[in-house]
Amino acid sequence: MSDRPATDAGPPGRPRRSTRRLHWPAVLPFFAFLALCFGLPAGALVYGAFTATDPATGHTHATLDNVRQSLKGIYATGLGGSVQLSLLCALLATLGGTLIAQAVVASRRPALRRAVVAACGVLANFSGAPLAFAFVATLGTTGTLTRLLSLDHTGFSLYTTAGLVLAYLYFMIPLMVVTVLPALDGLRTQWREAAASCGATRGQFWRHIGLPVLLPSLLGGAVLLFGTAFASHATAAVMVGSSVPLITVQISNALAGNVLAGQENLALAMSLNMVVIALLVMAVQIPLQRRSARWLG
Amino acid sequence: MKPPRPAGLRRAFAGGVAVLVTATAAGGCGYAPAAVTSKAATARSAADLGGMDALVKAAKKEGRLNVYALAPDWANYGEMIKTFERKYGIEVNNENPGGTSQLALGAADKRRGQDRAVDALDLGTAFMRNAQGKRLLAPYKVTGWRDIPRTQKQTDGSYLNNYGGYISIGCDAKAVTKCPTTFAELLQPRYRNKIALNGNPAESSSAFSAIFAAALAGGGSFGDVRPGLAFFKKLKQRGNFVPVESSPATIRKGETPISLDWDYLNLGYRKELLAKGVDWRVSVPSDGPYSQYYNQAVNAYAPHPAAARLWLEFLYSPQGQNIWLRGYSRPALLDRMEKDGTADKKAAARLPEVHGTPKFPTPEQEDAAKAAINEGWGKAVG
Repeated sequence: MSDRPATDAGPPGRPRRSTRRLHWPAVLPFFAFLALCFGLPAGALVYGAFTATDPATGHTHATLDNVRQSLKGIYATGLGGSVQLSLLCALLATLGGTLIAQAVVASRRPALRRAVVAACGVLANFSGAPLAFAFVATLGTTGTLTRLLSLDHTGFSLYTTAGLVLAYLYFMIPLMVVTVLPALDGLRTQWREAAASCGATRGQFWRHIGLPVLLPSLLGGAVLLFGTAFASHATAAVMVGSSVPLITVQISNALAGNVLAGQENLALAMSLNMVVIALLVMAVQIPLQRRSARWLG
Repeated sequence: MKPPRPAGLRRAFAGGVAVLVTATAAGGCGYAPAAVTSKAATARSAADLGGMDALVKAAKKEGRLNVYALAPDWANYGEMIKTFERKYGIEVNNENPGGTSQLALGAADKRRGQDRAVDALDLGTAFMRNAQGKRLLAPYKVTGWRDIPRTQKQTDGSYLNNYGGYISIGCDAKAVTKCPTTFAELLQPRYRNKIALNGNPAESSSAFSAIFAAALAGGGSFGDVRPGLAFFKKLKQRGNFVPVESSPATIRKGETPISLDWDYLNLGYRKELLAKGVDWRVSVPSDGPYSQYYNQAVNAYAPHPAAARLWLEFLYSPQGQNIWLRGYSRPALLDRMEKDGTADKKAAARLPEVHGTPKFPTPEQEDAAKAAINEGWGKAVG
């Protein structure tokens, strides 16, 4: 299409626009990839969520039944349970992860830092069924720690929401450490020195400078963590089955179980609800990202 | 020598890529049976093809059989497949052995007209009805058709019961002073933190059936499963219920010393567990005997129609039925085989004792129970 040399494109006063016009075809493969690998499944998801097939005739028709059903009864409970669990886990992991990361940055020991980053990189990827089994073996009713510390007398049970939060935090805190370390590095020592020389206390520094600058990154990390917890399935499925209602477990039951037949479109409707919630949560973060770039870029 | 495993993996991968490419390119249109030209594709019995010999010949010519989600350690499926391969020289391609009924049905439905479509289906009754609704089943009556009890087959031959079992209580005799043999006993305080299911009842058919059985034990009926939910609620309140998904691994660990599961699975675990020092005892609860059977059917879009029909004939032959029996499940032709002496007596004697003939819920009752259990389970044990 546009193979004119760069000098011909646009008036000389606006070089920036001409470059953009010339280079945008380069991202076409990306958009093609996006359309194929994201648009197509998303389209199929929406189509399935709003249609139903009559088992007797094989005729497909448009309907709101799937969406309606996915928003009431146990499916509403499951969605609510997932959101609550994810919010709680994201909050705790953001807090814990940031504190650990700050301790590592403040210590100024490269060896400690390397060790923490390496360990966090490994732990952040330790999730799913293996994690559930590890927790069952350690903290289940006959788990090693349970017996060693007589945890069952304290009323502790791994197979509850609290147990699930514990298991999730096991990989989410390391994930937060890895995510937030670069942002904490971006907090210049000079800012602290400047604040101190103006008579600011530690608390005042964090309240007026540190946290406001970090806030977008922290929020970004929290959104990432929320998404991770929201999408987790295997850990919960193995550890608590359906005694803690979660939307991912319900989708998998409807989509690929041995009991519920013909519920595929209901599963798609539930997935659509998840997509909507994920989009809402991400929307919170986008306007704040610009501010983060200004300071920490 | 059998081909080394990586070749199979490579083939599966290549197949997966091919499906991805065709699925994206064709977008699901163009359903057409691959082998309508074959005479076997329309045969409703071996006689239609001119007898068993003709069927065997046609199947050998096809040389291949696609099946889906047949776990080798499930009711002796491993031996079944191997024996069939050896006997007829037909290669069995068993895709996703750990899969579920829903995935198997999906694979049959979405691959109409492809060479990779599933030839024969092994599904729970609800999924068979679903498949029938999608017009996926080719009616076929096996040689032993007449001897299968009327309640266990469809009159048109679209699908029929093949093997099944009872909900049983598996118990680690070393971890528990006295192994329970009834649902009522499970509520005793001595079984605190001991009792588990092998999944959750919205996903695992044995867990679902365990609630059905508990309902029958607790004064419920096929039409009313609420006593089953109430039973598990009580079990949970007394601290006896462990929500973790039981498996030989959790049993060995002592996490689920009592597991409600199909008797053929519980019995199948026994040898493996014994080797690890677990004395695994299995009994069918006398207060809530509940049995279910899995069904067999031929896919109407089978790319290997003769092999699919021969597979069904083999499953219902005395040889195939005895393989089920050795895997601790109850084959559909057991009564007939016990009468004419073809049943493996030693294997039959190992089955846990059950009194009376099994009864089955109607499709409507089963659907109502599913809705009730799916809705009420979280509240009962949450």
